[in-house]
Amino acid sequence: MSEKAIEPIHQFNIVKYFTFGNFGGNGTEGSGFEIAFTNSALFMLLTLLTISAFLILSTRGRGLVPGRMQLMAEMVYEFVANMVRSSAGTEGMRFFPFVFSLFMFILVANFFGMVPYFFTVTSHIIVTAFLAVLVFLVVVIYGFMRNGLSFLKLFVPPGIPWFIIWLVVPIEIISFLSRPLSHSLRLWGNMLAGHIVLKVFGGMVVALLGAGAWGVVAILPFGMAVALTGLEFLVAALQAFVFAVLTCVYLNDAIHPGH
Amino acid sequence: MAGEAQNEAVVDEGAVTHDGATDAHATTDTHALTEASGGHEVVGFPPFDASTFGSQLLWLAITFGALYVIMARVALRRIGEILEVRQDRIESDLAEADRMRQRTDQAIEAYEKELAEARQKAHGIAEQTRSDNSAAADARRAEVEAELAKQMGAAESRIQATKADALKNVDSIAAETAAALVSQIGGTVTDKQAQSAVQKVLEG
Repeated sequence: MSEKAIEPIHQFNIVKYFTFGNFGGNGTEGSGFEIAFTNSALFMLLTLLTISAFLILSTRGRGLVPGRMQLMAEMVYEFVANMVRSSAGTEGMRFFPFVFSLFMFILVANFFGMVPYFFTVTSHIIVTAFLAVLVFLVVVIYGFMRNGLSFLKLFVPPGIPWFIIWLVVPIEIISFLSRPLSHSLRLWGNMLAGHIVLKVFGGMVVALLGAGAWGVVAILPFGMAVALTGLEFLVAALQAFVFAVLTCVYLNDAIHPGH
Repeated sequence: MAGEAQNEAVVDEGAVTHDGATDAHATTDTHALTEASGGHEVVGFPPFDASTFGSQLLWLAITFGALYVIMARVALRRIGEILEVRQDRIESDLAEADRMRQRTDQAIEAYEKELAEARQKAHGIAEQTRSDNSAAADARRAEVEAELAKQMGAAESRIQATKADALKNVDSIAAETAAALVSQIGGTVTDKQAQSAVQKVLEG
């Protein structure tokens, strides 16, 4: 039991509350995929409900002079709107709801993860990968829809001599294709590592407290855990911001592929 | 071993649904399946457990899709409206304030103009009064001076007359005195002779 409590990756376990059964495949194990309502799904739902409730209830009064909650909602709105406008231009504002949803979803999910015993949705690579691939697809599809084949100019930076262009274009293509990878790994790695480190220091406190007189030393990892908790709150907000800013930058490529 | 249990459970459940057996039986099997895969997860690294990917993706798609729709259709639209209404209100208030300020400026300008005019007018009146007053005074002085000059002329002519009169008397007095002197000395002389003698002396 104590072994399990200290084990730092236990917190990432997916716990099924109920299942809807297997879909696809041929009935043997490993084929098809199972659809279940899990702790991950619960916290996704909580994230959705928290954001919606906050934004809708706080703006219910439509006050000309905002109250505290309405002011917070307006500040988040303007923060993201300014971010989109400054990175992707006025035309980028058509993606404002998309970027806003991404930012809020990641931010609230990250903050939920900071509550002890709560599950961190963004600590699973499949979640961050889904979001990153979604951004990637939006960029590619909108880029081709808006610019046609001239979207491919994105890979040909202007003002490069012809003998270097054969080197630059493959590099540009590779860097473009690896975007969803770095985009998703950055968020996932930050959340995963932060939570593991927190758990490790917390586990050290527990282990040292059980060591008799040496329990006094537990103050050291305890201090680290406190400091890291503060850092993790910063990281939670920062990673949501970084994810949203990069989304804006990528969308800007779709809107203005000629650099 | 856990995998085997799951395999069994899956097969069993398939059989159950096929047979259409009782619900109680089905839930027990589902439970067994959950337990089996739960035991399986502790072994690996949870984020790489592909068996959870399906449900995570599905729920993420549902919740994120719902979030997008709610944000785009309700929340952001509403906040945008609030901000727009406020912006409009601020702009109209500023325009109103500007209009008021212009009116104030105009009023101040009109007031100052009127004030300057009034001052000008007062100045004119004062000037006019002063010049009127001095003209009247001049006229009066001239009048008084003329009167005085007339009186002085009259007085002078009177003095002249008196003087001439007096001088005439002096002649007769001198003739009388001369006649008296002559008679005292012992001669006789007429008034006429005395007078001509005096006249002779005077004309000397």
